[in-house]
Amino acid sequence: MNRAVDLVIIGGGSAGLSAAKSAYENGLKDILIIERSSELGGILNQCIHNGFGLHKFKEELTGPEYAYKYISFIKENNIPYLLDTLVYSISPKNKEITYSNSEEGYTTLKYKALIFAAGCNERTQGQIMTPGERPNGVFTAGLAQRYLNIDGYLVGKNVYILGSGDIGLIMARRMKLEGANVIGVSEIMPYSNGLNRNIVQCLNDFNIPLRLHNTVTKIHGKNQLEGITISDVDDDLNPIKGSEEFIKCDTLLLSIGLYPFNAMLKNSGAKVNLETKGAYVDQNLETSLDSIFSCGNVLHVHDLVDYVSLESEIAGKNAAKLVLEGRKIYDKVILTSHNENMSYLLPNEIKVYDSVENILFSFRVKKPISKAEILFKDENGNIIEKFNKVDLLPSEMVQLNVSDLPLNDINSLKVEVRAL
Amino acid sequence: MENEFICIVCPKGCRIKVDNEGNISGYTCLRGLNYVQEELTCPKRMLTSTVKVSNRKDTYVSVKTSSSIPKDLLLKVMEELKKASVEAPVKMHQVLLKNIFDTNVDIIATKEIK
Ligand SMILES: Cc1cc2nc3c(=O)[nH]c(=O)nc-3n(C[C@H](O)[C@H](O)[C@H](O)COP(=O)(O)OP(=O)(O)OC[C@H]3O[C@@H](n4cnc5c(N)ncnc54)[C@H](O)[C@@H]3O)c2cc1C
Ligand code: SF4
Repeated sequence: MNRAVDLVIIGGGSAGLSAAKSAYENGLKDILIIERSSELGGILNQCIHNGFGLHKFKEELTGPEYAYKYISFIKENNIPYLLDTLVYSISPKNKEITYSNSEEGYTTLKYKALIFAAGCNERTQGQIMTPGERPNGVFTAGLAQRYLNIDGYLVGKNVYILGSGDIGLIMARRMKLEGANVIGVSEIMPYSNGLNRNIVQCLNDFNIPLRLHNTVTKIHGKNQLEGITISDVDDDLNPIKGSEEFIKCDTLLLSIGLYPFNAMLKNSGAKVNLETKGAYVDQNLETSLDSIFSCGNVLHVHDLVDYVSLESEIAGKNAAKLVLEGRKIYDKVILTSHNENMSYLLPNEIKVYDSVENILFSFRVKKPISKAEILFKDENGNIIEKFNKVDLLPSEMVQLNVSDLPLNDINSLKVEVRAL
Repeated sequence: MENEFICIVCPKGCRIKVDNEGNISGYTCLRGLNYVQEELTCPKRMLTSTVKVSNRKDTYVSVKTSSSIPKDLLLKVMEELKKASVEAPVKMHQVLLKNIFDTNVDIIATKEIK
């Protein structure tokens, strides 16, 4: 079967839904959202704790409530979506995708614009190379969250958690409340990667110890996990001999990071940002492939859903503009770069049109900086814009909305974060 | 006994100390002082969990307390939630358990089940 739409959105999580809403509000009506699972909302459906929406809606919502706001909009405005439908491939040359579901079978769909919003994956044991067997009982924290909150199934009774990312902390509390014995959390870095609020309310409230500069060095058990060895690490993050401690447990949760689920776009030929592992994008969030945009966790990993929504609105609006107004001609392209205190910077390039609107910059710092200045410099090192920020943390992505950069006068842009 | 709190009101995360006489020090602003005073007198928390949907196979509905409840009630309320079940359809913010443990707080759904 063959079909065609103006805008196809791959992924019905918060990124896809926010992009759809924004494209619709910017006048584009022929939209199709494609979601592989049986409901809209993406990862938010399993994040039943509260703390979402403080920036965007000025109230504290749970994940499902945040999703509901967008799902209601989609339904009220009859924006079409397909559930239980998997997108297999993107062919940028023909502006086509292929998907399949039980009703339509294998289908080719033509698009004028595409928004790729497929979310992220969790890092697994293989990616950190913990020595030892691969027994049952080792889960990523997000998978354990899904089992418990969607399927009602508690994965274990005596639990240890590796990594202090927020998902691990949230799961420490959740499993404790469900009656599990949560023994502790190890974090290899000298600082926690989770929000203070989660350290206090998920660990301290339940007397769950957090060991900093400590990691899991061995996994014990052949078929079923029987325990782990943890060790302190030195400043180069190498285990310190003599500091080993055996911990008996039946479950190890890994909360060791997320990475964009970008393989399909990469395989279609999109340029990749080696630092984020997501797509290389311009300020409109268009990738190196014609009329293909990317946003949300598949572009770079976000800690706050509010920022996913803000970013995705940009993708939705620009996809709508491209379809409705056609492509505009730009004068030049300015490449962006960053200094050694930052782990990445988006966008990768800025296309200079005769009127450039606000530009949303996103970045992370590599280590905590309590007082920082953020400098925007031209190719000669002249400062063209400057901001002060406090309390920058690697675990908190920074978004800066910048207007009035003198883009006509510069040929490259370097953003620098410096400790004051 | 000396007590240390990490203030969670803003991302700064000040470490606020309370000494044996109850003197509070280490806060940068009054919001931090208020936070620690409440933590000392009646710490409260929101609770989120799930409740079984009896007439749908393997289905749970996510729920929350309609406002925060005293911290020492968290585990007791969890016991009630484990025993409870609800029949679909469930509306967003439908009250599932009323006035739990006389707190004037309800357990409400945070999801729609058709
Ligand atoms: C386990 C976990 C817990 C988190 N907890 C929090 C939290 O507590 N607070 C917070 O603010 N943020 C949290 N986050 C961050 C959260 O992911 C983002 O805030 C946001 O919800 C991500 O939205 P997204 O749309 O980019 O990704 P997702 O919500 O993952 O949506 C992507 C969607 O694309 C679909 N999809 C993927 N590939 C295909 C395909 N080929 N065909 C069709 N559909 C496809 C997926 O099924 C999914 O529904 C968490 C993230 C994870 C992974
Ligand atoms: S005391 Fe004030 S400044 Fe310090 S963390 Fe609390 S709210 Fe922030």
